[in-house]
Amino acid sequence: MEWSWDHAYAVLPQLLKGLVITIEATIVASLIAYILGLAIAILKMSKSKTTRVSLYWMTEFIRRTPILVQLYVVFYVLPDFGIFLEAFTCGVIVLGVHFSTYTSEVFRAGIDNVSKGQWEAAKSLNYNPYQAWKYVILPQAIPPMIPPLANYLITMFKETPLLAFITVVELFRAADQYSNSYYTYLEPMTLVGLFFLLVSIPSAMIAMKLEKKFKPIKVAR
Amino acid sequence: MNEVLAFYPMLIDGTIVTIQLTIIGAIVALVISFIVGLSRISPYKSIRVAAIIYLEFFRGSSALVQMFFIYFVLPMWGIYFDAITAGVIACGCNVGAYGSEAVRGAVLAVDKDQHEASKALNYSNYEKYRYVIIPQAIPIMIPTFGNLLIELMKLTAVCSLITITDLTFVAQIIRVQTALTLEPFLVILVVYFIIASILVKIVDLIAKKFSKGRNVMTAGDK
Repeated sequence: MEWSWDHAYAVLPQLLKGLVITIEATIVASLIAYILGLAIAILKMSKSKTTRVSLYWMTEFIRRTPILVQLYVVFYVLPDFGIFLEAFTCGVIVLGVHFSTYTSEVFRAGIDNVSKGQWEAAKSLNYNPYQAWKYVILPQAIPPMIPPLANYLITMFKETPLLAFITVVELFRAADQYSNSYYTYLEPMTLVGLFFLLVSIPSAMIAMKLEKKFKPIKVAR
Repeated sequence: MNEVLAFYPMLIDGTIVTIQLTIIGAIVALVISFIVGLSRISPYKSIRVAAIIYLEFFRGSSALVQMFFIYFVLPMWGIYFDAITAGVIACGCNVGAYGSEAVRGAVLAVDKDQHEASKALNYSNYEKYRYVIIPQAIPIMIPTFGNLLIELMKLTAVCSLITITDLTFVAQIIRVQTALTLEPFLVILVVYFIIASILVKIVDLIAKKFSKGRNVMTAGDK
């Protein structure tokens, strides 16, 4: 089958609209993943063993099951309980919660990475816990976390096409709709692939620059 | 719940398909990881560049898009794959790209002295990698491979979208036939979790076996 520029030009406006939705979904999902991930990391340091163990198994359950199935669960099951969410909202919540289990490991490793002596130093300076976090711990903990967190942002971007299957018209579904009406998969799918490469390869390069700059922590995934 | 469990023959078939996809995908991914990962440290520039192009291509775009490309677009150029093959190729090539980084990282993590020692023993390049470098690199790779195996298993759920009757596809059939939503998905979530947990245990055992008697450097020490 021949490549047709007519199809390529015709599908482009829809794809750009889809790309905007994809990027919006990535940003919202990553915010959820970062905030929830930090919360999980802090809760996992809790003194209560029940909290730690139950959190461990909850996060492991989320990590060991496919995002696609989790999307179906939230999208199809919540309405049965009288909770009606837009498809986009369902999608970003699932993506965000799924990746929060990964980012929590980054936060935990980042905080563990600050040596014990720093806490003692903060204490000897008579800092209260707020001052210790603000002036001593976080400034040392955050920079090494940035590269792995940036990498998860790119990973989330690449998972967004799954939202297409709960009816979110993002990049992939925009192409799929065009394909179904004009019976050509070649141009729309190729362009979608190109769009993904065009966004994620430069982002990966930026992430690599960050790695050189910040000396990232090694995270056991 | 009983209505869903009445579909158990289908659920078992779906589980088998998911496990098959995981195992075959893992073999493809493992082979690709080593080929691409070792190509990255080849002395020939053309081989290194080819490996980088492969890596950036499969790591840079979404696995779902790759799968649809293989299953729906390639036939337009006269290249036909059945659904299972397309799914395995997409999963294997995608995870293989990530695995190649693990191979490269582990091989580079082997101490420089080991290269010098092989030279002192007058080993050829092949003998050096075969008997000295790679045996020491494998224990370093295993934890990353374990994580990738779980990612691969999760990726097989996406194969349901190109008409493969794996667990996720079976759950959709049950959902449509029984009009139940929570139960079928709950059942397959548990099955996925069990499969993943067994895989984690197996990888732990392999890691123990390979690190026996060795002072294994973990990623954290590097």
